[in-house]
Amino acid sequence: MRTIRIGSGAGYSGDRIEPAVELAEQGDIDYLVFECLGERTVALAQQARMENPDLGYDPLLEERMRAVLPLCAAKGIKIVTNMGAANPEAAAKKTAEIARALGLSSLKIAAVIGDDVLEACKQGDLPILEFEGSIKGLGNRLISGNAYLGAEPMAQALSAGADVVITGRASDPALFLAPMIHAFGWTMDDWNLLGKGTVAGHLLECAGQITGGYFADPSYKDVAGLARLGFPIGEVGEDGSLVVTKVAGSGGAVTARTCKEQLLYEVHDPVRYLQPDVVADFSQVQIEEIAPDRVRVTGGGGTERTDTLKVSVGYLDSFIGEGQISYAGPGALARGRLALDIVRERLKLTGVAASELRFDLIGVDSLHGPQVSAHACEPYEVRVRVTGRTESLREAIRIGNEVETLYTNGPAGGGGAWKSAREVVAVASVLLPRELAKPQVRFVEAGR
Amino acid sequence: MKLREIAHSRTGDKGNTSNISVIAYDSRHYPLLLAQVTAARVKAHFAGVVEGDVVRYELERIGALNFVMGRTLGGGVTRSLALDAHGKSLSSALLDLEIEAPPDKT
Repeated sequence: MRTIRIGSGAGYSGDRIEPAVELAEQGDIDYLVFECLGERTVALAQQARMENPDLGYDPLLEERMRAVLPLCAAKGIKIVTNMGAANPEAAAKKTAEIARALGLSSLKIAAVIGDDVLEACKQGDLPILEFEGSIKGLGNRLISGNAYLGAEPMAQALSAGADVVITGRASDPALFLAPMIHAFGWTMDDWNLLGKGTVAGHLLECAGQITGGYFADPSYKDVAGLARLGFPIGEVGEDGSLVVTKVAGSGGAVTARTCKEQLLYEVHDPVRYLQPDVVADFSQVQIEEIAPDRVRVTGGGGTERTDTLKVSVGYLDSFIGEGQISYAGPGALARGRLALDIVRERLKLTGVAASELRFDLIGVDSLHGPQVSAHACEPYEVRVRVTGRTESLREAIRIGNEVETLYTNGPAGGGGAWKSAREVVAVASVLLPRELAKPQVRFVEAGR
Repeated sequence: MKLREIAHSRTGDKGNTSNISVIAYDSRHYPLLLAQVTAARVKAHFAGVVEGDVVRYELERIGALNFVMGRTLGGGVTRSLALDAHGKSLSSALLDLEIEAPPDKT
């Protein structure tokens, strides 16, 4: 049976780079996938592109490509990534430029475009899934609309000889499914295989989260070597079988437990994991350790895909102002609570126009609220945190200011005040009839 | 005993919805999870955090439950005022749930 080895080189845009280099050097991999596009990143990238038409791709693209291109070119490892963000063509041109500079002129670089479906969303005036309203209701606050594309255009690019495939918005598991479809010739209506491939992609897409990252809990779940965590390798067979492993000697661990946690990460109904190419079924998956750092995953499946694609819509939501200050030693908690009361009253007195306010004590109740945290013991130090949502930057700034003035106007011993105010680009979703997204593949030659 | 003694957990986020897995360390304890870690108990445990419904999914083959909690992330990860906008730390709070010890653990 034919098998391919796919390395996962990044689980988010700012992820560590050395583990990807380690995979290319020592992982004996055929494909290296970088998943770098968060929910709202495309909207932020679209803003960058509006400022400068040559930008709008991942800010770390250059650093990552410089780090792995020579190794990948030498070993014939194909790269698949969504680092194109809002501008895959510019990312492909930049990558070609880097390849040329590195003397790798024969590399073929492909951009997948067509995930930008803002106009189609506007014309259909589609309803928003998360709240009452529609695309038109967002008016000129609307920034971007990007469909989660499936694996097919990426697989086509690989089959047309691409060494590097750069997409914008695509489903994360599809980045991994594309090499399988290309290598094994899976058809786009073999729901069972596409479902199995999606299980593999889902397990690998967050990189270190399956090799011991986001897992350690000392004395319950110990993981060695997190500072040099190895990223995962999926050994995928043409029948959709999967073994998850990592480079021997790297930090972390691949165990049944790390795989089970990642299987359910960001999953709702395990029978219906909605993807652009398939509705994957995780419910019958079985996970078995077959050797140290080798876990076999079986039992994935799938059913027919839906008629729609999920679209991430980016829009200007509001402004958030924030202030923090710390208190310590005996009575710290009481002084922290007094500080919050003072700021609460000041925001009213001075008429700060906030539609939503939040008053936290970091170290006490900031993560899970006062009810869940009610039985906690008194800490040595607390950090006051006040945040609020406003309609303008000017109002947002006033929130942090009211915390800062606690220095000279608030309880004794307040230290380390900090403040910020920022505009919030938020993301909502709509469902677009799939035929309205028209993905295309464009090649850029490194040699030109 | 605490749920932490027999299970591990991970939180994921999508929009304003959080999901928390509860996975038995030993599959023999899966029936205990099924019986005691109910959607209603999880909803009550997260009083003041979860504003929507809690739905429980059962994955017998890996000895795990998956809780999907609506209206939990301050209006959505990308606009929340919360320090932990993703709700990533929620799994640790769930492991604090009190569980009646099984016979072989007492």
